[in-house]
Amino acid sequence: MNFAGTHALRRYSRHLLIPEIGLAGQERLAAARALVIGAGGLGAPVLAYLAAAGVGRIGIVDDDCVDESNLQRQILFEQRDIGAPKAEVAARRLHALNPQIAIDALQMRFDASNARELVRLYDVVIDCSDRFTTRYCTSDACSLEGKIEIFAAIFRFDGQVTRFDPAGPCYRCLFPHAPEPGSVPTCAEGGVLGVLPGIVGAWQANEALKALLQIGDPLRGRLMLVDALAARTREVRFERDPDCIRCGERPTLFEPVDLINEAAAPLAGVLEIAPEELDAAMREAILLDVREPHEAALGLVPGALHVPASQLEARMHELDSAKRYIVACRVGVRSRWAIGRLRDAGFKRLAHLEGGLLRYAALDAGFEFF
Amino acid sequence: MPTIRVVAFARLREVLGASRQIALADDATVRDLWAALVETEPRLQGLESGLRFACNERLCGAEQRLREGDEVALLPPYGGG
Repeated sequence: MNFAGTHALRRYSRHLLIPEIGLAGQERLAAARALVIGAGGLGAPVLAYLAAAGVGRIGIVDDDCVDESNLQRQILFEQRDIGAPKAEVAARRLHALNPQIAIDALQMRFDASNARELVRLYDVVIDCSDRFTTRYCTSDACSLEGKIEIFAAIFRFDGQVTRFDPAGPCYRCLFPHAPEPGSVPTCAEGGVLGVLPGIVGAWQANEALKALLQIGDPLRGRLMLVDALAARTREVRFERDPDCIRCGERPTLFEPVDLINEAAAPLAGVLEIAPEELDAAMREAILLDVREPHEAALGLVPGALHVPASQLEARMHELDSAKRYIVACRVGVRSRWAIGRLRDAGFKRLAHLEGGLLRYAALDAGFEFF
Repeated sequence: MPTIRVVAFARLREVLGASRQIALADDATVRDLWAALVETEPRLQGLESGLRFACNERLCGAEQRLREGDEVALLPPYGGG
């Protein structure tokens, strides 16, 4: 790309005025390629700032479509985009923002089958995903391909940001064991403050641009912890783990692997109740709603027994193991956890509401909640 | 009996508050600290999965010994994006 053109000079003039960037830095950005995994809450600000900054080629991997509940924080999307593929909508928005750059809209799931191949095509990879399996896949692929990864993850008011690269630790050095499926809520389960991914994603964009410009102190071996409620950031230092299975002294992992998605696998010996069958099933069994009180306040199914998952162990005595229970939560993750605890306590007549109350509510059977 | 400051994040903060002091036996480890916390707050039990610890702003293992005035951060993994 030729930056002698007045158009580019005008567009990037505020960068060109900074000694650390200047014309050479801006040319470096124009020649750079960034892969953004996930066009959601974190992806939106990351994509917008990288495109605005003039990163020459930006890949967007996302297999999802825009949902109305995304619009509270995913600021690349508009009301009229509901139902449209995120990668495509995001690419259109970025092209409108900066027609001088190339955008690869990759409408697919990033997983072990394509991770290395995709990562290889870019200089820096930004993990904006919302699943642990994608996070491990991203880190493994970047480590194997010698790429820089800018990592961030969020929960409600909290964020974590760091950089992984060949000179430092990887995600597995920080979190060697993936949490048990269903034990850590996603944004859809636990909720998230709309502005939080904006704050945390902006930090990611900053680290990605620094990496491409090769300026500043990289956030390597430092986990930045953002607490939006306290309006405070803290830092934890960490090093390469000699026992890391990917980048330690005796690595055993040489290809990215997908975590087994136990959260989607049927529970052995537990009957899955489809949302369409719930009304009929409730004639013979009790619907046990394990959502938290603030969620139950948004709507309860008539006749349901409400015991929040957080109180389940303390209130187990209120339940009768001779009775049948259909265990349900919002999307079907905590209900699986609850079934595990109930089984440990000797309950045998358990069923599970497939897809949770969200899918039941979508049937429009007189029960509505959000 | 060393006194340790505990700093919690995300769901752990929802249970423990942003920070609290706890007195432990001499030679206590991070693992003992966690056990003592779970004893006072049984709701922590389900939140152990994937949890890491940092002592004085440095990632550490559960066997790390604690001394008077140490600050231990409880770091759960977050999935959201």
